[in-house]
Amino acid sequence: MMPTEPVEPKIVAFVCNWCTYIAADTAGVARARYSPNVRLVRTMCSGRVDPQFVLAAFERGADGVLVCGCHPRDCHYTSGNYKTLRRFLLLKKMLAQLAIEEDRLRLEWISASEAEKFRKVVEDMTDRVRRLGPLRANGGD
Amino acid sequence: MNGEEPRIGVYVCDCGFNIAGVVNVPELVDYAMALGGVAVVREYKYMCSSPGQEIIQKDIRELGLNRIVVASCSPHLHEATFRRAAEGAEINPFLVHMVNIREHVAWVTKDRREATEKAKALLAAGVARVARHTPLERREAPVRSELLIIGGGIAGIQAALTAADAGRRVYLVEREPSIGGHMAMFDKTFPTLDCAACILTPKMTAVKNHPNITLLSYSEVVSVDGYVGNFKVKVRRKPRYVDETKCVGCYECIEQCVYKTPKFPSEFELGLGKRKPIYIPFPQAIPLVAVIDPETCIEFKTGRCKKTCVEACGDRDAIDFGQTEQVIELDVGAILVATGFQVFDAARMTNYGYRRFPGVFNALEVERLAASNGPTRGEIVLRDGRTPTAVAIVHCVGSRDVNYNPYCSKVCCMYSLKLAHLVKERTRAEIYNFYIDMRTPGKGYEEFYQRLLEENLHLIRGKVAQITDIPDSAQEEGKLIVVAEDTLLGIVRRVPVDMVILSVALEPRADKEEVRRMLNISCGSEGFFLEKHPKLAPMATMSDGIFIAGACQGPKDIPETVAQAEAAAAEAIALTSKGFITLEPNLAYIEEALCSGCQICIPLCPYNAIELDREPMVARISDVLCKGCGVCVAACPSGAIRQRLFEDEQIMDELAGVLTR
Repeated sequence: MMPTEPVEPKIVAFVCNWCTYIAADTAGVARARYSPNVRLVRTMCSGRVDPQFVLAAFERGADGVLVCGCHPRDCHYTSGNYKTLRRFLLLKKMLAQLAIEEDRLRLEWISASEAEKFRKVVEDMTDRVRRLGPLRANGGD
Repeated sequence: MNGEEPRIGVYVCDCGFNIAGVVNVPELVDYAMALGGVAVVREYKYMCSSPGQEIIQKDIRELGLNRIVVASCSPHLHEATFRRAAEGAEINPFLVHMVNIREHVAWVTKDRREATEKAKALLAAGVARVARHTPLERREAPVRSELLIIGGGIAGIQAALTAADAGRRVYLVEREPSIGGHMAMFDKTFPTLDCAACILTPKMTAVKNHPNITLLSYSEVVSVDGYVGNFKVKVRRKPRYVDETKCVGCYECIEQCVYKTPKFPSEFELGLGKRKPIYIPFPQAIPLVAVIDPETCIEFKTGRCKKTCVEACGDRDAIDFGQTEQVIELDVGAILVATGFQVFDAARMTNYGYRRFPGVFNALEVERLAASNGPTRGEIVLRDGRTPTAVAIVHCVGSRDVNYNPYCSKVCCMYSLKLAHLVKERTRAEIYNFYIDMRTPGKGYEEFYQRLLEENLHLIRGKVAQITDIPDSAQEEGKLIVVAEDTLLGIVRRVPVDMVILSVALEPRADKEEVRRMLNISCGSEGFFLEKHPKLAPMATMSDGIFIAGACQGPKDIPETVAQAEAAAAEAIALTSKGFITLEPNLAYIEEALCSGCQICIPLCPYNAIELDREPMVARISDVLCKGCGVCVAACPSGAIRQRLFEDEQIMDELAGVLTR
């Protein structure tokens, strides 16, 4: 790794099909500019996001992971996002035990109309993870 | 899996300059060539065009492709297009995957190199994912033909008539005692100055008389369950205390009420007129049935009324103090939401003195004053009965204002001009219109404006700073003074008037959130219901089978509302006309050999689609009930539940792909 050039963090965002994926589309239509570090993986519901996906993302080189879904009470499938929240809280504890900083995993509710929120979350997440540096530098293999 | 080696065709769309102007497409093409399983990569200006689709179809046939990746726009826009194209070349549509390099890359990334790198990562992910795709079959589900329309304004009325004429059973639910909505409150409509009642009333009557329309007035939808084609709807019918089937709308009960004169503020007249405890909101009401307000009726309050109304009703025996609220259940195939708008509460702008100065009205109130069936029989007068000699009309109240609503309400310039004309005609007063910009697009609208320019109005370009009753000079004594900067003259003007009309914004309904949640649809940032696509699907929503029409989708005038209502009705008819619909195959399913029957999945399913089969002790998922959210898949500890199109391997490979660069 060239020490002169700062390494850009890689961030995976698991987004639901109905709210946050559309928010990202809306951000595009509004020509919102945001950093290219965040890459979206779409599932129908945030409730499909198996905690193993998050662990796999870290294992395969992600420096940060975002999980995004519809706001509470707004889930397209009634309650999938509540299950996401439960798993997220447990996963956070687990990541702490694996010495993965808290800021590297984030849960956000972003509705279809919240393009600006999507942009802000992406920018903020990129910023935080950039400050933390690459994940492997802090342990890992 | 289907065994054969993947032969993947990758198609990169330039989207004119939309993508190619930002992403280095030739570099992306070169990159894709080297990805595993890729047999061919092509770039084309517009992949979604017919020639673009034909390129894919030709390659499928000639090169024996069995997987397709299209790197272009959002799958929400064109996934169906490319799936159809693949089907046309006889490969399974679910062997197609779209990579979004327009909305998620080209449109949001400034730097060409960064955009190209991100596009490469997404493309690598798409190629890796599609290699795992397998052929899937769509399901068919029966569709009911009945249509529920929520809201009985002009949008709901028009949609109901269109669908009913097409032979559909329509349930029209209206919250108020009568249908008609805002349009029924207007005197004249712009730009033709047609009398609103004259063009609306025949439609309202047609709704009542149509054999295919069931009108549920004074009712509200309380819950919606089910899914496209098979919605189960509960409607709460509020008690009118008058039997709808027996009342003939003769007014005798109202005349004979123990209150000799109307005493209570009429909702329909916005408090400008009064009604009795038993009333019909306006003479053209549909249904023409009396309603009793239990809050003001003596019988309800004390139980000791002489009940002269019952006496007056006589043998008809329509009055029923014992009526109770009823909840009825409806089965419908599609739902059309036409819940309209509410006007901006001008009291929020304290500098305009609405509700503080009696001379300040909102435009809807003046519509009632101007209406021949209104509280003043069409005379435009102040609250004390005086005729104003000078009237100010303030445009953009609550619109085009970052403190309230940033959007333009679209109809206010035109209705302000209309009111200017009506007030001038009825009162001969001097009229001062304070506007920011005069916006009159629409058929005949600019011509109406030009006509008004010859009516000796004072058009002042400037946003009103305040309305005050503190005089500066003798001639301002006893007047309301409208203070504004005339931006064309560059001076501050103080205009003394008797009456101020605030041209208030059209806003989303206060209960939009509850309605939105009940129907599982979204609101845009301003709070109006969000359409599926702003241009190509303005009356559909992201929830299949739910359509929107009229001002609940955004401010619009009557012609636009009518057009959208008919279009939404046509969409709903199209959806339900085949008798069945095809559903996506992305369902959860169980690998029985792996299932231990632990039942963790069962309570997680929001649709009760999972059941335990005690012999051989495995969970079973109903294809009919499963909606494909995948919540159970993520929860299954033994990995026995899988989801079509969102298999673990597919997501994992996609994940590895996005992390390649």
